[in-house]
Amino acid sequence: MTQTWLVLGATSSMARAFIRAVAQDGHAVILAGRDLNDMESTATDARAHGAPLAQVHRFDARDPDTFPALIETMTEQDGVLNAAVFVGSMPEQSTIDADPSLIDGTITDSFTGPARVLQMLAPVLEARGSGTIVGVGSVAGDRGRIGNYVYGAAKAGFHTYLSGLRNRLTRTGGHVVTVKPGFVDTAMTWTVEGMFLVAAPQSVARDILRAVTKKKNVIYTPGFWRLIMTIIRLVPEPIFKKLSV
Amino acid sequence: MPSNDFWKTYTYTGWGRALSATGEIARPERQLALTTLPAAPAMGQCRSYGDAALNDGGRIVDMSRLDRVIGFDETSGVLHVEGGAQLGTLARIFAPRGWLPPVMPGTGFATVGGAIAMDVHGKNHHHAGTFGQHVIEITLVQNGEPIAITPGNSLFRATVGGLGQTGVIASAKIQMLAAKGDVMMVTERRIPGWDAFLSQLDASEATYSVGWIDATARGDNLGRGILEEGETGAGLVPAPKPSKSIPMNAPRFALSSPVVRAFNSLYYRRVPMAGRTVVKPIQEFFFPLDRLHNWNRLYGKRGFHQFQCVVPSDQSPALRDMLAAIAVSGLASPLAVLKRMGPGTGGMMSFPMEGYTLAVDFPARTEAAPLIHRLEEMTLAAKGRIYLAKDALSHADHIQAMYPERAAWAEEAAKADPDGSLQTDLIKRLNLRRLK
Repeated sequence: MTQTWLVLGATSSMARAFIRAVAQDGHAVILAGRDLNDMESTATDARAHGAPLAQVHRFDARDPDTFPALIETMTEQDGVLNAAVFVGSMPEQSTIDADPSLIDGTITDSFTGPARVLQMLAPVLEARGSGTIVGVGSVAGDRGRIGNYVYGAAKAGFHTYLSGLRNRLTRTGGHVVTVKPGFVDTAMTWTVEGMFLVAAPQSVARDILRAVTKKKNVIYTPGFWRLIMTIIRLVPEPIFKKLSV
Repeated sequence: MPSNDFWKTYTYTGWGRALSATGEIARPERQLALTTLPAAPAMGQCRSYGDAALNDGGRIVDMSRLDRVIGFDETSGVLHVEGGAQLGTLARIFAPRGWLPPVMPGTGFATVGGAIAMDVHGKNHHHAGTFGQHVIEITLVQNGEPIAITPGNSLFRATVGGLGQTGVIASAKIQMLAAKGDVMMVTERRIPGWDAFLSQLDASEATYSVGWIDATARGDNLGRGILEEGETGAGLVPAPKPSKSIPMNAPRFALSSPVVRAFNSLYYRRVPMAGRTVVKPIQEFFFPLDRLHNWNRLYGKRGFHQFQCVVPSDQSPALRDMLAAIAVSGLASPLAVLKRMGPGTGGMMSFPMEGYTLAVDFPARTEAAPLIHRLEEMTLAAKGRIYLAKDALSHADHIQAMYPERAAWAEEAAKADPDGSLQTDLIKRLNLRRLK
C-alpha cells in the first residue's frame, strides 16, 4: 500500500538521510521546514531516488499557523500516513544562562511545537487504523546535565509525550518509535569539541527504518548508547550532581 | 556569525595517504551556507591521490553534504546536481532509467565538482572525451557570489580541469548518456605482451575499454595483461556483492615484490586462454575497487603514489621503456592500467591527449620517489603529460612544460581569485598560478 512520510525539520542532515532512505523504498514524502529553497532541492533529490511524490511545505515550530496546512495535505494522501520529527534547537547552555528567555524557544522547537502537530495528526492516523510516528529525541533527555539541561529537559518532555502517544495510537493499529541518537555528524555538532564515536546521518536513518519495520518502541542510535545511558542513569544523584559528564 | 561557527581544525590526507595537511574545514549543508563562507578551495571525497585537495595551514570547504539531484529532464537527459554528488550514486539511481554519467573515472566516490575540476576521463575516453565536455552549465561561487557559466567562454575553459582555482563548483548541469540498461557485457581477453596489447587497444571498437597490465612481468612477458571491453545492456544480474572494508593498515610484506608477482600471475590466468564474456553490474565494471572500502590502507601507514602519464600515439615505445624500468624495480603493485586515449579535452589544464595512458601504483617506500622521477623525465622526453589528480612528486618546471595553456589559465584564475585564496598544496608545490 502507498505510504507517505511527513518529515518535520526536513533541512537537517539527519532528516535528509532519512528522506533519501524512504524515497529509495518508494514512499511519498511531504517535507516541512523553514528554508523552502533548500527543501525544494531535497524534494527533487527524493524524486530522483524513487519517491513517487515529494512536496514542500512551510513549517515553523514557533508559528502554529503553519500547522493546519500540513494536516490537510496529509489527509489528502491515500494509504498509510507516517510522520518523522527531526526538529529541535540546541543553543549553548552558557548562551541560555545569559538570556533565560531562550528557554521558551528551545522548548517550542524541540518539544511543544512538533507535539502540537502530532496531536493534530493523531486522529487522522486513528481513523486510518495504521501509521507510524518517529520522534527523534536525544540521549541528552535521559538525565539533566550541566552542559545542556534546557535542551535535555525539552527532549525529556518530548520522550514522555511520545511514550503517551504510543500508548494511545497502539489501540488503533498505529505505532510510535522514540529515537535517541548519541553524537551524530551534523552541522549542529561539526564544531563542537569532545565528540566521540560520531555516527553518520545515513546510519542513523538506517537504524530508524529498521526500528520502524520491527516496531521497536525506543531505540538508541548507535546502539551502544543504550549501555552508556544505562550507566549514566544508574549513577546515584548524590554522586551525579558533582560530575561533569 | 563568527567564523568559528563553521570551521574546525582537522588533519586529512590525499587518497594515496603519502601527503597530508592540517587546517580548518567547513562543511556547509545548504547552498546558502556555502555562499556565506569566505573563499577557500573545495574538497569532495578526497579521491585525488596527492595534494590536489589539500591546503596545509589554510582552509578547505568540504562539499560532501551538498550532494543532491536538483533537476532532471527525463526526455533530454540533462541532470542538474550539486557539486558534492558522487558519480557512483548517480549511476546507481539513473542507470535503471536508461541514463549514465557520460564519463566515469575509476572510482564512483568521485564527486561532480572533482570530476569537473580534474576534467576526468573514463574507459570511453576514445569515444566520449572527458567529463567536462558533457557539462553544459556550471554554477561557481566566487567570494560568496554564485555565477552561472556555460561552454564557450574562457572562464568555463579555465574551470573545467581548472583544479578548483576559479571558484567553488556549487552545482552543474550535465548531459547524461543514454544507456541500454544497467548491466555491462564485459569481454575479457588475455594479452600476451606489449606489442599485442597496443594493437588490440587500437583495434578495439568497444564503447568502453581498459587494459590491466602485469607490471611485474619481464622479458617476453613484458606488457602482458588483460583487455576488458564493455557495452551496456539490459538483463538480470545478481545484485552487487556487499562491500567490505580494510579495517587497518596492512603490514609492509602485503605488497612485497614476491607477493605481487604471485598475485599478478594468478590474476592473469583468471581469464581463460580463449577469453570470456561475462555480465556484470555496472558498478563492478566501472568501479572495481570501490567494493573494498579504504583499500588505500593496503599500502600501510606510509601510503602510496600513483604515477599516471599519457604520451602521444607515436611515442608508445616510451611507455614500453617505462614498463621495463618498473618491472626491474620490484616496486610495482597489482594496480597497473593501460588505456588508449582520444583527443578530447574540456579545458586549458586538462590531462588527456591522443595516445596511450599508463597508471601504476607504488608503495611510498624510499625507492619509489627516484623511480617516479625517472618516469616523469621519460614522460617529458616523450612529449607526454603527468596527471595532476594523481601527482605528489613532480617538479614544477616539468609540469609547466607539459601543460602548454598553463599561463593563459593562470591569468583566468587570477581574475577569478585575485588574492589566491583558492590555492591548494598542489598549486603551491608546482607554482601553477605563476603569471607568464
